[in-house]
Amino acid sequence: MTTLSRRRFMIGSTLGATVAALAGYGALKQDAGATVLRSAEQLTMRAQRLLQGRGALAREFSEADISPSFRVNGSTMPDSDEYAALLDGKFADWRLKIDGLVVQPREFSLTDLKKLPARTQITRHDCVEGWSAIGKWTGVPLGSLLRSVGLKPSARFAVLHCADELEKTLDGSGRYYESIDLIDAFHPQTILAYAMNGKDLAVGHGAPLRLRVERQLGYKQAKYVMRIEIVDSFGGLWGGSGGYWEDRGYEWYAGI
Amino acid sequence: MSDEKTGHENGRQAGTILIRRHSVVTRVTHWLNVLCLTALLLSGLQIFNAHPELYWGQYGADGDPAFLTIGSAEDKGGLRGFVRAGGIEVPTTGFLGISSFEGEPTARAFPAWLTIPSDQDLATGRRWHFFFAWLFVINGAAYLRSGFLSGHFRRDLAPRRGQLSASYLWHEIVTHARLRFPEGEEARHYNVLQKLTYLVVIAGFLPMMVLTGLTMSPGVDAAFPALLDLFGGRQTARTIHFITASLLVKFVLVHVAMVVLSGAWNNMRSMITGRYAIRESGPKA
Repeated sequence: MTTLSRRRFMIGSTLGATVAALAGYGALKQDAGATVLRSAEQLTMRAQRLLQGRGALAREFSEADISPSFRVNGSTMPDSDEYAALLDGKFADWRLKIDGLVVQPREFSLTDLKKLPARTQITRHDCVEGWSAIGKWTGVPLGSLLRSVGLKPSARFAVLHCADELEKTLDGSGRYYESIDLIDAFHPQTILAYAMNGKDLAVGHGAPLRLRVERQLGYKQAKYVMRIEIVDSFGGLWGGSGGYWEDRGYEWYAGI
Repeated sequence: MSDEKTGHENGRQAGTILIRRHSVVTRVTHWLNVLCLTALLLSGLQIFNAHPELYWGQYGADGDPAFLTIGSAEDKGGLRGFVRAGGIEVPTTGFLGISSFEGEPTARAFPAWLTIPSDQDLATGRRWHFFFAWLFVINGAAYLRSGFLSGHFRRDLAPRRGQLSASYLWHEIVTHARLRFPEGEEARHYNVLQKLTYLVVIAGFLPMMVLTGLTMSPGVDAAFPALLDLFGGRQTARTIHFITASLLVKFVLVHVAMVVLSGAWNNMRSMITGRYAIRESGPKA
């Protein structure tokens, strides 16, 4: 091969590879490409879990760091007669149901929950959109509730069913729900909060009870929690991706 | 470095030789970097559009004082877009704040032609961003490893003795400003302005992008809380991420301009095939 033809070959093959790469780049818009893009989510989750270990805590701030105003996001008020009635009764008739793959399904009233050992934490809420707000949350560690009902060996995820419908649909698929795995469910900062900044949780922030799972983004922090269902898979629920926003394209693992 | 005399078969005039300028690692990682940074920038603008305000500190949301806002408002004249920073508001209708999307004036910070995907779709933008962020980090790690092991950094990027003196730097700046580029033996190596610029990008801007990006992650913050102290909060990190990205865009603009001005074809060939033509020293042809 002469220098000239070798050089031509190298230029040609490099250009060819570039064209192929660009074609592949265009194809990423297609479904196969979407699968490739999604592969990064698994990598992110594994890397973060490896670096965190089970117990690494989210930063806790001081009272002085609390945001002067905490943006209300998502639903501001569940639009159902059932919720309106519960609110009217100051949630005296509200019950948190815990069922699914548990040894002893139970219901808890708000008074029951407030009698249990509580945890208070001042943490940062990070919306997937990019903004952050710091608030003080008081509630019951989810892990202690799950221990009190006992999990069956096949339990893998906790699904939080909420009272709000973020999108009005005929089949109810617009109802808010979320799911977390047991590592996050038993994390010491994962609490079901009934108070924010020292007061009962406001309706805009998810009264009477919301989830705080502090190592993930805002959309995981389900508001208006009505029922916690322990499952071995969330594939059969609504869109099958484990949450309202997950069914609409967002990552199930929202650590970044 | 093996120099190769080129004979008559490639039709080059005598006195011009091709040297091996860039290693295969430099070339491959360079072009992967082009792909990654392009995807990261355009998907990053999509993500920015979801909340087009920047803040300093640990928190920041609507109602908190913003360092920079790209917004829109409606008044008698219709929709107008603006950029507001430090109390100064600049009208940017048509480009920032308000731009045309599918023929309609649409309220969005960065226009459709600058975002991946072009419509407002945060979920897809995030998937692109994090996929190419991983590729960028893996590519960068491969480049750094090779750069240290092969001696590329020490040999090609570290300034030589005397190159950092004020008088020499000033001389280099003046000759660059006159668009006079090194020739002959001098062209065998990066000049000192190139070295310093590449070092700032490789050791400064790019690691800064990764670190500020990671600081925005609540999961990473739990693993490495020191990141929050390093940058002074998630929102500060987000602002620095944006500023550093805009510095990288400026670097690329200057970089491409220099590539074109100092011999577009020769530079392009050297980054594709590795070979770069220089005039042999000695009597000029």
